[in-house]
Amino acid sequence: MLNEIQKRILQEVADMAAIPNGAVNIRSDGQKQYRHNTKNIEIISKTDKDGIDIHIKPFTKGESVHIPVVLTASGFQDTVYNDFFIGEGAEVNIVAGCGIHNCGGCGDSQHNGIHTFYVGKNAKVSYVEKHYGEGDGQGKRILNPQTVLYLEEGASVNLETVQIRGVDDTTRYTKAVLQGANSEIVITEKLLTHGEQKAVSDMDVFLDGEGSRTQVISRSVAQDDSTQIFYPRVTGNQECFGHVQCDAIIMGNAKVRAIPEITCNHVDASLIHEAAIGKIAGEQILKLMTLGLSYEEAEQKILDGFLK
Amino acid sequence: MLEMKNLCFSVTDENGTTDILNDVSLTIEDKKFIVITGPNGGGKTTLAKVIMGINQPTGGQLLLNGTDITNLSISERAKLGISYGFQQPPRFKGMKVRDLLAIAAGKALGHDEACAYLTKVGLCARDYLDRDVDTSLSGGEVKRIEIATVLARKTPIMIFDEPEAGIDLWSFARLTDTFREIHDQKQATIIIISHQERIIRLADEIILIGGGKLLDRGSVERIYPKIMAETVTGCNMLEVDKKC
Repeated sequence: MLNEIQKRILQEVADMAAIPNGAVNIRSDGQKQYRHNTKNIEIISKTDKDGIDIHIKPFTKGESVHIPVVLTASGFQDTVYNDFFIGEGAEVNIVAGCGIHNCGGCGDSQHNGIHTFYVGKNAKVSYVEKHYGEGDGQGKRILNPQTVLYLEEGASVNLETVQIRGVDDTTRYTKAVLQGANSEIVITEKLLTHGEQKAVSDMDVFLDGEGSRTQVISRSVAQDDSTQIFYPRVTGNQECFGHVQCDAIIMGNAKVRAIPEITCNHVDASLIHEAAIGKIAGEQILKLMTLGLSYEEAEQKILDGFLK
Repeated sequence: MLEMKNLCFSVTDENGTTDILNDVSLTIEDKKFIVITGPNGGGKTTLAKVIMGINQPTGGQLLLNGTDITNLSISERAKLGISYGFQQPPRFKGMKVRDLLAIAAGKALGHDEACAYLTKVGLCARDYLDRDVDTSLSGGEVKRIEIATVLARKTPIMIFDEPEAGIDLWSFARLTDTFREIHDQKQATIIIISHQERIIRLADEIILIGGGKLLDRGSVERIYPKIMAETVTGCNMLEVDKKC
């Protein structure tokens, strides 16, 4: 049974107030805590290393998969390999996420989630991954996720990663290979760092299929003394379209680097990048204050909207 | 009632001190429709921002219903019932029109209520409620959303800074109807900074500001012909050999 801390973290990372419908796998402190398969979705433990294989049958419609991870043992270090095999024409929502609660101890708590997706022809996947940290332990809360995706013809993925507060150190790597014609991926990354947190987001998108498309949207807020580095790279190897947009709000003594890189290796590859880093515009604060908000409330509303 | 007593606002930079407002005294009665007009750079927007608290006066006093509000913050004045529609409204990445209207109204708005405010500024609510107030909107669209936020606040004093700027003729007609309706129903004191004859003609009273001073005030019938007679703007002489 889940304790209160585990339940709260599940709510934070997977919006799970209760065990949801669909396939579910809850991992807590390195152990399988709960698993439920459905007729169309089967979750199998790996035998050669830590992790699971998730098989989604072709043409599965409207089902969901929740695979949250909870770390509550201070000093616990965990690496898992989760592989998703999404059949042709399937339409699924996948919710992953990791929450760390380190309390009392002084060791670093770390989770490295390595997720690989094989997205079949014309399949549609919505994948949300949230990271969250809490607790008063002296050890760092560290999350180093890797997400690798291979898209076949006509496949479509909406990938959203969210990390709002609490994670001390994160190095994220995302790689998407759009090998099929007319495949598409939208990657939205939302990040808020504070204190002395450090976040690095490294990304490669390869547009190998004819007519493949990507949109990369990064929205981040860096507060206090935190640092962030974004390195999204998009390579167009066929007739394709890609748009990379990095927007960051910088506050306090924070530091943000955004280094978008686009490479066209084909005459019909059309790639665009935009990057902007700046503090909250004074006019925005003034406007919201004329609507009756205090300075602090106005600032919070602007950040909430930006990261929503 | 809004009272301005000897209001001054000056800025100091490397070139010295410049007076933007110079000893402006005015009283605006409740539920009146006032248009402030005058040449560009004359101090109209500064006066509006001093009333809202965005600019802090360097001299003088501002009273709302007899209470001195000169040193109150923007938020405090907003809560006391003053609202201001910016001449050049800011945009917000990620904030939806629906969210901004809800902040303005101070509560979550039902679909019909949010729609009503947008309709009053000539926007089709269905197309706009879930759009972000960002650079995807045109200047005229952002401007109309700005005006809608002021309407949603329903405050006793509404100040609009050049609401006509950037707005097409069709939407402008809808907007003037909205101002007329608010006035006819005695819902609020309306103070509009404008150069538009159609707005000027709606007013109970015209206030003429120029060179940081109150130049004149009075009825539309008296002031408007005077403005027209005097509007030979700038230098109308041909420059020859650097002389006019």
